[in-house]
Amino acid sequence: MAISKRKKAQYRRIAVYVLSVIALLAVALVVDWGRLQSAMFQWDIVVEQFPSILTNAAKNTIIFTIFGFAGGLSFGLLFALMRLSTIRPYRWFAATYIEIFRGIPLLVTLLILGFGIPIATGWHWPNPYVQGAVPLALVASAYMAETIRAGIEAVPKGQMEAARSLGMSYSRAMITIIIPQALRIIVPPLTNEFVLLIKDTSLISVLGVTEGTRDLARFGRDGVNHTANATPLIVAGLVYLAMTIPLTQLVAWMERRAKAVSR
Amino acid sequence: MSTDVVVNITNLNKSFGNNHVLRGIDLQVQRGEVVCIIGPSGSGKSTLLRCVNMLETPTAGTVVVLGRELTDIDCDLDEARAHIGMVFQQFNLFPHMTALENVCIAQRKVLKRSADEAATIAHGLLARVGLIEKDDAYPAQLSGGQQQRVAIARALAMNPDVILFDEATSALDPELVGEVLQVMQSLAQDGMTMLVVTHEMGFANGVADRVVFMDAGVIVEQGPPSQVISAPVEERTRAFLSSVLNH
Repeated sequence: MAISKRKKAQYRRIAVYVLSVIALLAVALVVDWGRLQSAMFQWDIVVEQFPSILTNAAKNTIIFTIFGFAGGLSFGLLFALMRLSTIRPYRWFAATYIEIFRGIPLLVTLLILGFGIPIATGWHWPNPYVQGAVPLALVASAYMAETIRAGIEAVPKGQMEAARSLGMSYSRAMITIIIPQALRIIVPPLTNEFVLLIKDTSLISVLGVTEGTRDLARFGRDGVNHTANATPLIVAGLVYLAMTIPLTQLVAWMERRAKAVSR
Repeated sequence: MSTDVVVNITNLNKSFGNNHVLRGIDLQVQRGEVVCIIGPSGSGKSTLLRCVNMLETPTAGTVVVLGRELTDIDCDLDEARAHIGMVFQQFNLFPHMTALENVCIAQRKVLKRSADEAATIAHGLLARVGLIEKDDAYPAQLSGGQQQRVAIARALAMNPDVILFDEATSALDPELVGEVLQVMQSLAQDGMTMLVVTHEMGFANGVADRVVFMDAGVIVEQGPPSQVISAPVEERTRAFLSSVLNH
């Protein structure tokens, strides 16, 4: 008797489950768990990381992220408005800025601004936080400008027309009518930018940091040097996840809610 | 110029690229007059209306509203627009504000009325357009007809000297058209100066003081509805009317 299509699909599904379980078992049997644990997850080293991984490293990562985000958001809004301006030089400037800072890797930007500028000008960064956060904010503002511009453009054209027809000036209409609506649209992508920034702060340590300004990634690397063991990096990775997963879940929740509200 | 002329359009031309949409329009609207603009789609009706409050910048010609020449580069458009109401086909209510806030926002930000004063006026206007107890509703919670009536209240809140209606009922489900036309009719009866682009021949026939028939960017024929709608002289007007009325 021929097997029906639906029966066939059912068998295929069961086969996939069975194969997955076999593959997991095979990995579990092949891996040398003892060696893995001694190289990457020694409990006494894990304990050693605390509390300074939180009170020092994670705190610095958060400081860099928040300054990068706040600066990126303010300048991003400015560049977004410049890109939408009717005044051409504004558009050119913003477009050029965005292309440059999105096109150069953050690592290179950090090195140019962090080392190149002091060498070229004799001017020195006032402190390591500023030295790390400013390049981060400049790059973030380029990305956020595009996100904000997309959000503003997603607000229907009729909204600006209605506002202007009531006698509001362009800037008044932007502030009262357009930007509040754009913000709702861009909160999820901006939260994603925040998550990216948390991870990007790990590059700041190439500028050379003092013990007190180490971020999470640098803290993990230094830990590896001290202990000759990869455990500190694993712990750093887990601390990153503790920060990023709640945020990505928050984005997922906001997007589900937005989908439910818009009909 | 007589102060009774609210809108005075002279030799208005508008091109989009090579598309010459308006070809020398002359039109005056007197105080308290209801002028309906009819015509086939693409004839330039909406563009003409949008030139009256300069949402479109005319290529040539002048638009004078209450003695202010809007086409003059020195004219403060924000100030002028505050006196010209506009009601859009797509309503264009502000979705992040309640009905009451929609009616209050320009009173507060443009006319600088106090919050209390604006709210009292808004509440009264919402009642006038038949929306009692809808103050706190968001646009998404209202039907199309209700949204359009909020939009009319929003325009009225500015005490406009003239209201422009840009196909105000075209986006509505058929059963909701009547409630909006009713509000527009009551405004007309109260003496509001109205410039109405519409496909509703019944409304034009019953409410308009004057009907303007446009085609291909020119005014082909105008006069009282008894003339333009019931006894059109021009062949193009007859062809248009027979195509819309025989449905």
